[in-house]
Amino acid sequence: MSSVAQASSRPISTTGPLRRQIRRFTAVSGLTMLALVVVSMFLMPLAYMVTTSFKDQSQLTAVGAPLYPAAPAKFKYQGEMLDVYDVPTPDGEVHAWALVQGHREDAFFVDPANVEAGEITWIGRWRTLQQHWSFELRTDNFVNAWNAIEFPRLFFNTFAIAGLSTIGAVLSAICVAYGFSRFRFPGRNGLFLLMLATIILPFQVTLIPQYAIFLQLGWVGTWLPLIVPHFFSNAYNVFLLRQYFLTIPRELDEAAMIDGAGPFRILRSVIVPQARAAIVAVSLFHFFWAWNEFFLPLVYLQSVPDLQPLAVGLAHFNSLYSQEPTLIQAAAIMAMALPVLVFFLAQRAFMRGVVFSGVEK
Amino acid sequence: MTMTRTPGGQLAVVAPPRRPRWRGLTDRESLNGLLFVSPFIVGFVLFQALPMVASLLLSLTDFDPREPDEITFIGFDNYARLLSDPNVSHSLFVTVRFAAMAVPLTLGLALGVALLVNSQRLAGRNIFRTLFYMPMQIPIVASTLVWIGVLHATTGWLNISLSAVGVDGPNWLQSQTWVGPALALMGLWGIGNMMLIFIAGLQGVPSELYDAAKVDGAGTVASFRHVTLPMISPVLFYNLIIALIASFQYFTQAFVVSNGRGDPGGATLFYNLYLYRQGFPFFNMGYASAMAWVLVVIVLALTIVLFRTSGRWVFEGGQR
Repeated sequence: MSSVAQASSRPISTTGPLRRQIRRFTAVSGLTMLALVVVSMFLMPLAYMVTTSFKDQSQLTAVGAPLYPAAPAKFKYQGEMLDVYDVPTPDGEVHAWALVQGHREDAFFVDPANVEAGEITWIGRWRTLQQHWSFELRTDNFVNAWNAIEFPRLFFNTFAIAGLSTIGAVLSAICVAYGFSRFRFPGRNGLFLLMLATIILPFQVTLIPQYAIFLQLGWVGTWLPLIVPHFFSNAYNVFLLRQYFLTIPRELDEAAMIDGAGPFRILRSVIVPQARAAIVAVSLFHFFWAWNEFFLPLVYLQSVPDLQPLAVGLAHFNSLYSQEPTLIQAAAIMAMALPVLVFFLAQRAFMRGVVFSGVEK
Repeated sequence: MTMTRTPGGQLAVVAPPRRPRWRGLTDRESLNGLLFVSPFIVGFVLFQALPMVASLLLSLTDFDPREPDEITFIGFDNYARLLSDPNVSHSLFVTVRFAAMAVPLTLGLALGVALLVNSQRLAGRNIFRTLFYMPMQIPIVASTLVWIGVLHATTGWLNISLSAVGVDGPNWLQSQTWVGPALALMGLWGIGNMMLIFIAGLQGVPSELYDAAKVDGAGTVASFRHVTLPMISPVLFYNLIIALIASFQYFTQAFVVSNGRGDPGGATLFYNLYLYRQGFPFFNMGYASAMAWVLVVIVLALTIVLFRTSGRWVFEGGQR
């Protein structure tokens, strides 16, 4: 990706007069500032998610509460827990003082930072004061969500379904792509076009008969309908791999053939090692596609919560706990942690794969 | 746009086919080729071709999978019922209205961001590109939950931000008027693939064209209008088709937001959600099959119309 970007960039003169460099610097910093503003707005929901997941439920609706995770400050004074308020004084400053005793028109405070100074008399109505909030991270949302939703089971189910279907999808796509890219046979181009046409076919049109068949086979309520069809390859994966296989020089096949290798040997010892990058990309795409898949698990595993993957479990969790955004956001973080982490580690493979094939999934 | 992460297609990067050189092995070559392709052939027959025929036949019956023996042929009754079912026309309206909002919005933002992160004057372009792509990688159910929080009437950050500038934000997800725009806003997190495809298109524009436009006195806007847009019109067309097809497949977000009920007041009863409800909770599978075939016809018609009219605005000369 970056090599493409560099190749197309026009050389920039650095020997130009200072004035030009300054103008360029202004343009660069202006545009970068703009991009920073746009990207922060774009990713603002993530900030909401993270801060909310560390808050106590009561903070969400409390008046005057800050946006970051915090709790009303308390101060222990002479064996009593006192509430801390933001107290304005005539000199224009605002102090975080603990309320010792409040009356109608005045109140006694103590300054937690300077207890020795003793109690301070403040004139005014303390009930109009705002509570002082201090930064505090609560991690119990994560623990509660983890237990409420049975995360380990959901993770296991998701891993198993996505992993098994990825094995099938990648192995079958390698075979089919090899067949389409290296052999001549009657009807090859027609079959290839047919395969591409399946991409725009809405899946709903095959859904109901498939469901009826799987029901007859006794597969509804098991993982099989979510795994087995992937062993018969799918158009996106085959297309991406075929494109890549076509770039592998045929001379390599021929050299192996002269050494007496058959088609399977050639596939295993020539094509697959050469196409490792593309195979990794396809595996990642497929694995996380299966990780995200919602519709089919919903249809086939509706009645068996024990076998449901994360996506379905999370939606169910949302319907039960929609009144507790702190729990929901903690659950969302846990559900997205792995895909996002892997994306950052392997972002080149992901983004190159998209452009290479124009495939989205 | 990938409000649902559904079908893509090919971009014009197909390498020219080479002539296979294995001569004299024609028969065995054919057999080997068919052997390797056989998973696709078997899968196509089992999971695509036969089910398609079956669903066409089922759409003419009152099939209920719990009582498969009591199936009766009812001719075109399902299709007749479709025409008079107010929920069908309503769900089509919901879907089309959403597409009319979300598709231009998503395409526009994806193109804008692509221009931004492709600019020579941006520092850290790869980092920005990664950040704008990243939400694509968040599981859709999880990202929908995040947005449900952000869009909450009182505790959500969107309305908190709006009130900071003096605007009283609506109760997005509980309002029949605002839930559509709210879902379109959520869809913006799916610009990643579109953006990358736009960037690839932008990088394919020969820089001599910009130089020539500059010589002719074109400013930034004019050169965008007369050089960039025509040159990237094929990728624009591609993204448009994908986005439209995806909006007719819209399901997960609508399901999660309304717990599968299409609330509030049917405002999130997308065509696909209604089809699902007919087929699965209610087991009206003959009817659902008929709905699926109507969807096929709509998607095909849309694709054909777009391809027919594309000659007028998609520039096919130049490199492609």
